[in-house]
Amino acid sequence: MSEFRNDLARARGLGSAHHGTSHFIAQRVSAIILLPLSLWFLIAVANMDSYSYNAVSDWLVSGVNGFLLATLIGVVYYHLQSGLQVVIEDYIHCHAKKMLMLFVVKTACLLLAASSVFAILRF
Amino acid sequence: MSESSQQQLYAKRPLSPHLQIYKWQWTMLYSILHRATGIAMSAGILLLSIGVFALSHSPNAFDMFIYYLTSPFGYFVMFGSVWALFYHTLNGIRHLLWDIGLGFELETAAKTGHLFAMLGSILCTAIFWLYVFNI
Repeated sequence: MSEFRNDLARARGLGSAHHGTSHFIAQRVSAIILLPLSLWFLIAVANMDSYSYNAVSDWLVSGVNGFLLATLIGVVYYHLQSGLQVVIEDYIHCHAKKMLMLFVVKTACLLLAASSVFAILRF
Repeated sequence: MSESSQQQLYAKRPLSPHLQIYKWQWTMLYSILHRATGIAMSAGILLLSIGVFALSHSPNAFDMFIYYLTSPFGYFVMFGSVWALFYHTLNGIRHLLWDIGLGFELETAAKTGHLFAMLGSILCTAIFWLYVFNI
């Protein structure tokens, strides 16, 4: 069938994909954002006197805690699906299974992130 | 030929050994640990989401969440997750320094792995839990 295509048509699209730099940068940027955010979260959790419902809900509604937690969850899920994408691309070679896993992971991350942020906002 | 029949052919041919033959380097271990802790935390982040769902649902639901989280298995998961977070974060900083071009020499990379990533993560985990249990 390739005899019907001319040489230019057969050659186009091959070679370097010229794609992936933005993924690399986004991975690093989300990591840098997560450095202070996750540190804040660890310190906040460690500093809580009690983990009862009242104590935690008082903490969540006070100040910027809700905003920071929602941001943390959003950025974590972004960084997470970006990292898992690379893992899936490395280890799954069947094209159909790879596409399916990528779809499942990314959709799950989107839904979990959105519902978690929604739960915080609605709190 | 289709991909799966190609894979079947590959499976029948002898393969050259790689993991059993190539000399293990510390840098290889730290790299695969970085990936493993990332994957482990991908599962652990579900706990954070469940906690937020429970908190927004009802006091009963949240108390139940804390009850299971502070069970022996829950503590085991929390210990592991905190170490995984510290290791992945510190090793991640090591990665970011590599991205700027610092520390690429093999001896330097192995040393930063030992001290910064492994020892650093163990120390930070110990400090974190000592702080939590003292308060």
